[in-house]
Amino acid sequence: MNRIIVLLKDAVDLSELKVDPSTRRPLLEGAKRRIGELDKRALEEALRIKEREGGEVCTLTVGDERSKTPLLEALAMGADRAYIVNIGTGVWVDALTTSILLEAAVRRLTPFDLILCGEMSLDSLSSQMGPRLAELLDLPQITYVKQLAIEGGRLKAVRDLEDADEVVQADLPAVVSVSREINEPRIPSLMSIMRAKSKPIITLDVASLDVSPEIVSGGQSIEIISVEAPQVERKRIIVKGETIEESVEKLVHHLVAEGVLEVR
Amino acid sequence: MTGKGVLVYSEDKELELQLLRKGRELADEMNGPLSTVSLAQEPIDADELIRYGADKVFLYKDPGFDLNIETYRAALLEAVKRASPEVILIGSTRRGRELAPRIASALRTGCMTECIELEIDEGGDLLARRLVYGGSAVALERSRNRPHVATVPPRIFRRAEPSERNGEVMELRIEKPKHRTIVVERREKSRGDEALENARIIVAAGRGFRRREDLKLLEELAKVLGAEIGCTRPLAADDGWLNEWIGISGHKVRPRLYIACGISGTVQHLAGIRDSQVIVSINKDENANIFQASDYGLVGDLYAILPVLTRTLRRIRGESI
Ligand SMILES: Cc1cc2nc3c(=O)[nH]c(=O)nc-3n(C[C@H](O)[C@H](O)[C@H](O)COP(=O)(O)OP(=O)(O)OC[C@H]3O[C@@H](n4cnc5c(N)ncnc54)[C@H](O)[C@@H]3O)c2cc1C
Ligand SMILES: Nc1ncnc2c1ncn2[C@@H]1O[C@H](COP(=O)(O)O)[C@@H](O)[C@H]1O
Repeated sequence: MNRIIVLLKDAVDLSELKVDPSTRRPLLEGAKRRIGELDKRALEEALRIKEREGGEVCTLTVGDERSKTPLLEALAMGADRAYIVNIGTGVWVDALTTSILLEAAVRRLTPFDLILCGEMSLDSLSSQMGPRLAELLDLPQITYVKQLAIEGGRLKAVRDLEDADEVVQADLPAVVSVSREINEPRIPSLMSIMRAKSKPIITLDVASLDVSPEIVSGGQSIEIISVEAPQVERKRIIVKGETIEESVEKLVHHLVAEGVLEVR
Repeated sequence: MTGKGVLVYSEDKELELQLLRKGRELADEMNGPLSTVSLAQEPIDADELIRYGADKVFLYKDPGFDLNIETYRAALLEAVKRASPEVILIGSTRRGRELAPRIASALRTGCMTECIELEIDEGGDLLARRLVYGGSAVALERSRNRPHVATVPPRIFRRAEPSERNGEVMELRIEKPKHRTIVVERREKSRGDEALENARIIVAAGRGFRRREDLKLLEELAKVLGAEIGCTRPLAADDGWLNEWIGISGHKVRPRLYIACGISGTVQHLAGIRDSQVIVSINKDENANIFQASDYGLVGDLYAILPVLTRTLRRIRGESI
């Protein structure tokens, strides 16, 4: 097995994202950033393949200097090296531009046998990167993978579609996007967290890649005009009683008052 | 540059009819034609697509059509070449979501996925609202390049009323591309029906349930309430206890009453229940996020609470145990 490239996004940690109550805007500036849950599963799968087939696992991120911190977690999990395409702090690029940057960086990391990514990033919910890279690199594309194996030098994958599970085969190299059910990512030990600090994080400047520098500085094909958390006023009443029977009784009274129980 | 008009496609027939309605609206605003593509294993009724609003139907006939991405990518790109639309709408099924970004990359343009509102502005840009941050917020986005590509989930738009209209049916010819992936087996699954979407009351299970048999507690409650049963993704996708789940990647529901039992309340799950009128949650962890998103919360063990709740409701309904 040659190199496996895992695409990792430096994403907003959704579990801690807060919303400004007056503007309803998510507070992104102070938000903690982490490798997304699905990306971790893509990395976990790469590590498992490496354990069986050999090779090395590199991660690739379009991000900035600050991405180094979340990437430490990936290195602690067992990635050999991390690459960051540095687009500059606070710069936002759309999926088209991200895919072009990833393509250029992937070409620098040739030869490789496999590109793994998540089926979608949980913060932007865009689900584009796998298919876009397959198109740009002209590689086989296998999306929504929940089981992956290498048999006789070929990929065998189970894809999870709405109406069926599909078992598919493809030659390497290929682009595979994983779904949540593929595995449970490992939790790095204290030792591996310590060791991760000495693993290489390599920054690739946009200028060093074979892309036009305007793709980052110029206008993007998609522009985000606003982001707002919808107004959901919930009552947040915790119903309490001396006994379970009493609490349940109170709850039922509330529900009758709300008119959502059609009690005769 | 591209011409005018709209092109819509989904391999899901019902969703295609929904796209035809929105597509018709946008096409009329732009004074352009509405085209649709039909790629299917079975011949489909092109006239029906015209009755539902299409001006042009591109038919790709291939008796051996196997829903291979290389094939439908090539067919769709050929249709784009023939129709040169300004807007391309693709149904947001899993197959649609792997197709749309590929088409967009081939055309070097942007793509807005999972759009829940679409509108053309004065400048001819496509504006869309879509869920972001796991489904906890809505972004307003503008697509500036041509053609605009967007995907639309099921049931966002209603299908049009059919009427007798004229249209053109054209055959698509492509050189059959080499398949890069081979499907060696297909295991059909039962597809989600609409029971959850239409339910007035839903009782839902999360990982707080320890064993499949324990869902009986929920079934009893469902029976007395006349409710449908739902669950979080791990119960369906990991454990296979139920077929369908609720949330950003599953069903979006809007019952009058939603009772969440043993559910922690991750953004991915909440995104599917936000339109519920009243949300009740039962969780033994008083800090569980679900309480932030609920109207009424009971802190405690669902194994102790559910039987009492069922019994109480039965009593109120005047039914004997
Ligand atoms: C791409 C992607 C898409 C996803 N889409 C969805 C989606 O559409 N829908 C979805 O649901 N999830 C989705 N998820 C998964 C999601 O991130 C969470 O894993 C999931 O929602 C958690 O389910 P849960 O609340 O049942 O389990 P947990 O988070 O494990 O919560 C279990 C809860 O039960 C409580 N509990 C335990 N025992 C008891 C008891 N005896 N009595 C009362 N309470 C008890 C615990 O306190 C805890 O709060 C998605 C994930 C990914 C990566
Ligand atoms: N900026 C990025 N850098 C590296 N990988 C990314 C980036 N954005 C998305 N990805 C990868 O693409 C997958 C799908 O993301 P998306 O297309 O943004 O929904 C993610 O799970 C990541 O594996």
